[in-house]
Amino acid sequence: MFEYAPAPESRSVVEIASSYGLFIDGSFDGGKDGDVFKTVNPATEEVLAEVASAGPEDVDRAVAAARRAFGTWSALPGAERAKYLFRIARIIQERSRELAVLESLDNGKPIRESRDVDLPLVAAHFFYYAGWADKLGHAGFGPDPRPLGVAAQVIPWNFPLLMLAWKVAPALATGNTVVLKPAETTPLSALFFADVCRQAELPAGVVNIVTGAGDTGAYLVAHPDVDKVAFTGSTEVGREIARSVSGTGKRLTLELGGKAANIVFDDAPIDQAVEGIVNGIFFNQGHVCCAGSRLLVQESLFEPLMDSLKRRMATLRVGDPLDKNTDVGAINSAAQLTRIRELSEIGSVEGAERWSPECQLPDRGFWFAPTIFTGVTQAHRIAREEIFGPVLSVLTFRTPDEAVAKANNTPYGLSAGIWSEKGSRILAVADQLRAGVVWANTFNKFDPASPFGGYKESGYGREGGRHGLEAYLA
Amino acid sequence: MPKSVKSPAPEAVRLAVRKTYKLYIGGKFPRSESGRTFVADGDNVALASRKDARDAVLAARAAQPKWAGATAYNRGQVLYRIAEMLEARRAEFTALGVPGDEVDAAVDRWVWYAGWSDKIAQVVGGANPVAGPFFNISAPEPTGVVAVVAPASLLGLVSVVAPAIVTGNTTVVLTAGPQVAITLAEVLATSDVPGGVVNLLTGRYAETAPWLASHDDVNALDLTGVDHPGLAAELERAAAGTLKRVIRPRAATDFTADPGLRPMTALLETKTVWHPKGY
Repeated sequence: MFEYAPAPESRSVVEIASSYGLFIDGSFDGGKDGDVFKTVNPATEEVLAEVASAGPEDVDRAVAAARRAFGTWSALPGAERAKYLFRIARIIQERSRELAVLESLDNGKPIRESRDVDLPLVAAHFFYYAGWADKLGHAGFGPDPRPLGVAAQVIPWNFPLLMLAWKVAPALATGNTVVLKPAETTPLSALFFADVCRQAELPAGVVNIVTGAGDTGAYLVAHPDVDKVAFTGSTEVGREIARSVSGTGKRLTLELGGKAANIVFDDAPIDQAVEGIVNGIFFNQGHVCCAGSRLLVQESLFEPLMDSLKRRMATLRVGDPLDKNTDVGAINSAAQLTRIRELSEIGSVEGAERWSPECQLPDRGFWFAPTIFTGVTQAHRIAREEIFGPVLSVLTFRTPDEAVAKANNTPYGLSAGIWSEKGSRILAVADQLRAGVVWANTFNKFDPASPFGGYKESGYGREGGRHGLEAYLA
Repeated sequence: MPKSVKSPAPEAVRLAVRKTYKLYIGGKFPRSESGRTFVADGDNVALASRKDARDAVLAARAAQPKWAGATAYNRGQVLYRIAEMLEARRAEFTALGVPGDEVDAAVDRWVWYAGWSDKIAQVVGGANPVAGPFFNISAPEPTGVVAVVAPASLLGLVSVVAPAIVTGNTTVVLTAGPQVAITLAEVLATSDVPGGVVNLLTGRYAETAPWLASHDDVNALDLTGVDHPGLAAELERAAAGTLKRVIRPRAATDFTADPGLRPMTALLETKTVWHPKGY
């Protein structure tokens, strides 16, 4: 095995202030009650900044600002709204190196991913929806679709800026205004996005960013002057939000958890399948709602595939997220690390066989070695619950019908994978999988033109593509 | 005790054979398992129970894969057959007090939806131009089992059931107008609609709807026929437990208007399939 010399990306391309306020009505200010929280670099546990925690009064101010801005913003010709979004897209491209480093610092994801996946997709998403702003009458939602009003948006910590783009771009293109709450552990890129809005001279109040924990989010989505709620996160919180919104007439879209089956048939191209399995579960440390966390292997292929997979896993480089060689970065938070450890312990206790490659984990920070469990049955908790970490459960099957039945045996339905060289089999299996995104002979591909979202308890509504406009139009 | 045996025999009047109004579950017409009935417009009508609602969900779930797997062309043919049968039974509905033009509109609505079966996927789905060498296509699929609280009118009932089933869903329908609903069930039963695709329960929806709203094997809830806002909110809240898709019109629906695509798209899921291109 070759050794790799460190190839760290320079941290000096991003300047992080020691403290950040809330972005309300076009300017930053401290929260009314003065509460703050700290955001840390999960790779080092170093405090990056103090961030204001928005209380009820702050959220009220943000919603009021968004309401005031809604009239003029929604009345702007679509072509003018489009130009603001194009500006934002361009500024993100220009500042992408800075934002990628920031994202890796605050989130723990490898710079290779923030640089090559997150940031290019963020810019592309704004470009894509910018183009829709003056074409909404042709989108298939009637000749003159109208915006809803003020959108309350709550996003997770796994792709902080990308989830912001998925929420903000279609909302603004359709003429809505936004109050967005980023996740408590990853608030920084949203606050930098506020500065992007300032540079783009976006009218005050069109985008408001309120930072805080779950309480802030709960107050925001329950706010009576909000017309639309969009949430990405856990199914448990999604249920609570659906309850809180029930009976209010607010429009709701939810992008929730998953436990995707990645099905490998015995005629699959093995090397490609192994790459797809690794990408499916270890991309972004497995902090991916659509991660291929249940590997279903046709029985006759089990041993050769496991051999290849373990060989490949042994080459994964776990460590410094800012190192351009790093494949697997830091777990986002101590709390998430605890959850991953707990569920993995349960996997062992319930009788599954645990394996990880030898890898040296840094002393400080939150780390978890890439892990697979074999001998997993459908009854095991690690086959049923979302772990949201670099942990793969391996099950086997004999026939395509059994594969489909096992794949669908979950309350979730976000994504799935199929590996086979036989076209008719891929299409037949894809038809039967109850999942919103099916990757065949590939995995974890995303594009602004491609609708994303779940079946069943993985939520409702779609983000991306023409379909993504529907959530923001009356 | 006859008053007089000598009085002349009465003229022989043929006694009408009355219809028993029962439930419609799995293509059959059972009584309520609870043995209960209620009186509606002088008829004894089956009063559906929680167990009937659960049985209806079982029937709907069992019928769902095959109905969804039927070709769109076939589903269109079946819906058109419903229109034919409804037209043929026009007099039965007018005898129940349904205005003639409403029956006509209901027939026409079946015909309209019949035509959508093999068109909706092209209108709401299609190829996505992703930035890479991938085949990428989005297509609509049925949500699954839909529980419907239907409006009392014939046109209202048809306007909530037709969009649900033309898209490949199966339904459990709680009805407020029992005679009209069960007469429509007789139309469905003679129209090649597979048993279990539409299940109709008569009775008090306030009693049965909460069981469907919280049922783990129901995927969507249509509250169009709920006329009590408090109950609608309560049902919506119960539906959140399994994240059901909920249809909850904010204003009274004008069923004579063009329904648009929403009644269908609200009960469809978008599936997007990716595959690499290459030699």
